[in-house]
Amino acid sequence: MILTIENVSKRFGGLLALDKVSLSVKEGEIFGIIGPNGAGKTTLFNVINGVYPPTGGRIKFRGEDVTGLQPFDMSKRGLARTYQVVRPLTELSVRENVTVGACFGRENLPLEKAEKVADEVIDFVGLSTRRDMLAGKLNVAQKKRLEMARALAARPIVILLDEVLAGLNPNEVADMLTVVRKIRDQGVTIIMIEHLMHAVMNLSDRVFVLDYGAQIAEGTPQEVSNHPKVIEAYLGDPKVAQRFLEGSA
Amino acid sequence: MKTLTNLPFWLVLLVVAALASAPIVMGNVTMREDFFFILMLVILASSINIIMGYTGYVSFGHIVFFGIGGYIAFYLMQTFQAHFVLAALVGGGVASLIAFLMGSAVLRLRGAYFALATIGINEAFRSFVSNFEPFGGSIGMFFNFSVYDAYGGAKNAGQFAYYAMVALVLATIAASFLVKKSKFGLGLMAIREDQDAAQVLGINPARMKVITYTISAFFPAVAGAIFFFKNGIIEPGPAFELHRSIEALVMVMLGGFGTVTGPIFGAVVYERLRGFLITNPTLSQAHLVIAGALLLIIVLFVPAGLIGWLRQRFTAVRRYLE
Repeated sequence: MILTIENVSKRFGGLLALDKVSLSVKEGEIFGIIGPNGAGKTTLFNVINGVYPPTGGRIKFRGEDVTGLQPFDMSKRGLARTYQVVRPLTELSVRENVTVGACFGRENLPLEKAEKVADEVIDFVGLSTRRDMLAGKLNVAQKKRLEMARALAARPIVILLDEVLAGLNPNEVADMLTVVRKIRDQGVTIIMIEHLMHAVMNLSDRVFVLDYGAQIAEGTPQEVSNHPKVIEAYLGDPKVAQRFLEGSA
Repeated sequence: MKTLTNLPFWLVLLVVAALASAPIVMGNVTMREDFFFILMLVILASSINIIMGYTGYVSFGHIVFFGIGGYIAFYLMQTFQAHFVLAALVGGGVASLIAFLMGSAVLRLRGAYFALATIGINEAFRSFVSNFEPFGGSIGMFFNFSVYDAYGGAKNAGQFAYYAMVALVLATIAASFLVKKSKFGLGLMAIREDQDAAQVLGINPARMKVITYTISAFFPAVAGAIFFFKNGIIEPGPAFELHRSIEALVMVMLGGFGTVTGPIFGAVVYERLRGFLITNPTLSQAHLVIAGALLLIIVLFVPAGLIGWLRQRFTAVRRYLE
């Protein structure tokens, strides 16, 4: 197990955003996290990479207890992430953005080596023609690629992808899925939050379902999509849903 | 390091050194006095730019380090007859230490709160020094002219102070350049753009900001030591003069914040403009009003400043104009 989360809770005042969540991720897999809006998915990412310390529970990364470490410590240990709402360093060029990732990531490269890594990663995600553009001038799809490139430049062991497909058109989604598969083929473990069901179900080796901060199901995409609690979370009571479908309600 | 083989780096230093040596070569003392003051402003503006332009933290009360360096050095020279160079370096070191301690506390604040805190620090130091008897309280301290004997009399000490200022301006510009073109500087700019994103990319913002603040405090402190050494008198008012700090911010904005050459241009242009206004009989009372209006115009229409605008407009000059 490359990442293990044991009974992690996160409370914001009166709101229990995560309620004793436990999960473990195997090396090299694509681990999907789904759940309705407000289920606590992004909070889970924030707790894993140290943006928030958990209220309770433990997090183990590569056999080491990393509970409560700062985001930059997690980055140095090989955990990278992208943001759902992209956060480009707008006044820096694409190349500089990606170089930041390489400079301060797991390998902590000196500037000149980091620039070389940045150029490779920019080619990898298909942003070569935008290399010297200011990051703020990119369109949404390009900004998502930039987020990805910056995270990859750190040469992570595990990468957390927070809705990298949101806001993309079908062509862009297809391109992005290719990139995600290529990342996996390089041996990077991927944990992804995604709303686009066909994408999660096609890509993921295992899927974890969160609702109101608690785990409701975990398993292969097939197991999860037939799980009554999952159907309930998305569609309401399965019996009622069934009656609706049969037209007898 | 790559920067040391970088052409613009040597070009800027060479041009500044050549200009700065003009009054010496020409033997023009009035010109030397003018240049002495301009070089000091270049140092103030460039050092503010390191924390403000690269890191995005507006240090409104940066002049506090000028005062601290001046006072410490002055005290050491007057009371212990310490050599000027030693006293100036100790002044710089003490200012950096204070910046380190203060920075650890106030650099947690973001945006306007940090700017306000730096003003508070400056005012607090001014009040403290005004009431601190070893530093002469509100009257300040003045040299016995015999202090200058070690440097060949008062006249030669003026020359000596000028050389020191030239050396310091070159050191400040070099430091500004080295920070900007290094991995460290890239990290600072990432913090400037988005501190939370920078953190997730592996940057420790708290530590980097404190180091930067410490570096940026050193140069104005040594400038203060040189200025008050030549002046022969130090008082709390001129040492911790907040409006000089604000003028330095105008210079940074005018030239282009986040660039190496911007604050240099900004300081020269602003000082020339100020000289013109002060000597002009109708406008002499209004020079600060015009400075304020100028800042407003820059912020509204050319937020990148002179050099920043040139860099945006002509991509070809980017490689040579840092």
